[in-house]
Amino acid sequence: MAASLLITGGRVIDPASKFDGIADVLVVDGKIEAVGTGIEAAGVPVLNAKGAIVAPGFIDMHVHLREPGIEHAETIETGGKAAAAGGFTTICCMPNTAPVNDSDTVTSYIIQRAKQVSPVNVFPIGAITKGSLGEELAAIESMKEAGIVAISDDGRPVMNSRVMRRAMELARALDIPVIDHCEDLNLSAGGDMHEGVQSVRLGLRGIPSASEDVMVARDLLLAELTGARFHVAHLSTSRSVAMVAYAKSKGLRVSCEVTPHHFAITDEELCTYDSNYKMKPPLRCEHDVEAVIEGIVSGVVDAIATDHAPHAGSEKMQEFERCPFGITGLETAIGLSLSELVHKNRIPVGRMIELFTTGPANILGLDRGTLNPGAVADITIFDTDSEWQYDAQQSLSKSRNSPFHGRRFRGGPVATIVGGVVKWNRE
Amino acid sequence: MHGLLDIESLPRPEIEAILDRARFFQPPPGETYRRLDALRGKTIVNLFFEASTRTRVSFEIAAKRLGADTLSIAASGSSVSKGESLVDTLNTLAAMRPHAIVMRHAASGAPQFLARHLQIPIVNAGDGTHEHPTQALLDARTILDQRPGIEGLRVAIIGDIAHSRVARSNVHLLSKFGAKIVLCGPPQLLPRELEHLAPGVSLAFNMNEALQDADVIMMLRVQLERQHEAPMAASEYFRFYGLRLEHLKLAKPNAIVMHPGPINRGRELSSEVADSQSSVILNQVENGVAVRMAVLERVLS
Repeated sequence: MAASLLITGGRVIDPASKFDGIADVLVVDGKIEAVGTGIEAAGVPVLNAKGAIVAPGFIDMHVHLREPGIEHAETIETGGKAAAAGGFTTICCMPNTAPVNDSDTVTSYIIQRAKQVSPVNVFPIGAITKGSLGEELAAIESMKEAGIVAISDDGRPVMNSRVMRRAMELARALDIPVIDHCEDLNLSAGGDMHEGVQSVRLGLRGIPSASEDVMVARDLLLAELTGARFHVAHLSTSRSVAMVAYAKSKGLRVSCEVTPHHFAITDEELCTYDSNYKMKPPLRCEHDVEAVIEGIVSGVVDAIATDHAPHAGSEKMQEFERCPFGITGLETAIGLSLSELVHKNRIPVGRMIELFTTGPANILGLDRGTLNPGAVADITIFDTDSEWQYDAQQSLSKSRNSPFHGRRFRGGPVATIVGGVVKWNRE
Repeated sequence: MHGLLDIESLPRPEIEAILDRARFFQPPPGETYRRLDALRGKTIVNLFFEASTRTRVSFEIAAKRLGADTLSIAASGSSVSKGESLVDTLNTLAAMRPHAIVMRHAASGAPQFLARHLQIPIVNAGDGTHEHPTQALLDARTILDQRPGIEGLRVAIIGDIAHSRVARSNVHLLSKFGAKIVLCGPPQLLPRELEHLAPGVSLAFNMNEALQDADVIMMLRVQLERQHEAPMAASEYFRFYGLRLEHLKLAKPNAIVMHPGPINRGRELSSEVADSQSSVILNQVENGVAVRMAVLERVLS
């Protein structure tokens, strides 16, 4: 379907081509045709973007769509809609479905289903090991052929270092990154929140920062040994930031992402025992949060990803220690990034766009994240000053487990354009 | 006062008012507690999701002495074992319109979680490893029966601090009143962060150090049911963290020995200490009723 569109009068920021200025963007047949001033195109629908920022489509490289198998919490359709409403044009889904995405059959199912029902692009991430059980490698080559963009045993990290080494060797040969949820499961066993003064105060069992750090250290050493592209998921501690910075300075092919909640809030929030503050890695202390933000500012951090993890209400309405880990995040990512990073003058808005576009695109080798002529017309339009309040009850996700329900934001998504077609807009 | 969830957020004047009122409820020697009608017509549900004898009975007697109707529910044999969620259980009970729910639960924060979803006042009778507010209140009443004030007292709390809700509540209360608190236990049961729990707290791994010049010695039970790792051998524990008569020489001459019970003779303290003149363990139990009367009266009237 030939999708054409003229977006006029917005401030176009495209970090990939280092363009920043008021301009029009012409889309023809689903591709970027031109970016410039005074573009005229007869018969093409016009979208007025005056006062807003026009950026390459945002990519969330870490979401959980729960399909197949856990559709009561989320589906590819509802997760895709929530992504569009959050300003994302592309999402990458983790393999911890039921069954686990450890074969080309499941990978193909997700891709086909997404084509039918998701308003945004969906790229699956395959499991590292069969069933994500950490023992035998999954059918990684077949999944690669079927369309996965990376491998990860997110949430059930590979504890056996030899298995991880083999996975990295294979990933290197296939030229895909290995993404690790870095957590030493023996150190974190039984923990419900970050280990520190707050966990001792609240009588909740702790997850020490060291449980993340020792696995980041192991993985960096294995990445050096194997030459693999290694990516740290949802990095949350000061020492992990430092280790990734060191590995990068040594020339390793290492990258990392952080989530909005890990730079926006601390473990102080847990005082109400609200399970919407329960996730892995846990909300850390102020010292770690500051280090994560410093990592964003200095360039150590490559991407912002939400780790959108929907859970049905019944699962989260329990005693804190019985609740599952994870919160939704697609619809609040831009709002939080603006309020915590841009409005507080930690980074310019162009850097924020990088973290959502060229950052993840480069890590995954995606042919996206730019407004260069010829590129796929995935476009995110957002503003930086509209006042709005997040209402989780109105979420397009199937789940409501957000700690940001009721939070007021300044600036947020305006329109989401995928392949030149407007899939969501604020009105 | 809408319910009582913890000591940490309870202002000092509130605590003082409860302790004063508890003294009024203390029976004269040889008599039992006053029978009052302050809570006539009120219904109190004691909901115990975790085994308890002394706390449940203490709350029940306290309520009855104030003229309230009470009923106690143990979680086993209730709808909980049929898979009903905690919120649904509480909602169901609340729909029968009791005036307050006294609850004990093995999960830290369970009463706080429920208080956010229910209107009914909740009195926390112990939540996991978080707090046990009425225990700290009755401990304070017991100390004040023996001493003119808490300020400046040196209080040694010894044992399984990590898993102790009694320790947390006591630390908050004693700190608000200006006591110097020494927490002592084996390293795996004494997280270093405890030092920052409240002003006036220090840590010691050596019992002799903790007991030096102590006015009050609080011994804690080793909570085997909450430990997730192999525990220290009982003999090893008693050797290094069990209170024996010779230890009392290190403390102030008239120091008192406390224990929230149930005591394990030969594990956290010797039989001789438990039965010694220094022990106020039964005074604590006795004060439990008076303090809980004061709390229930305050919550319900």
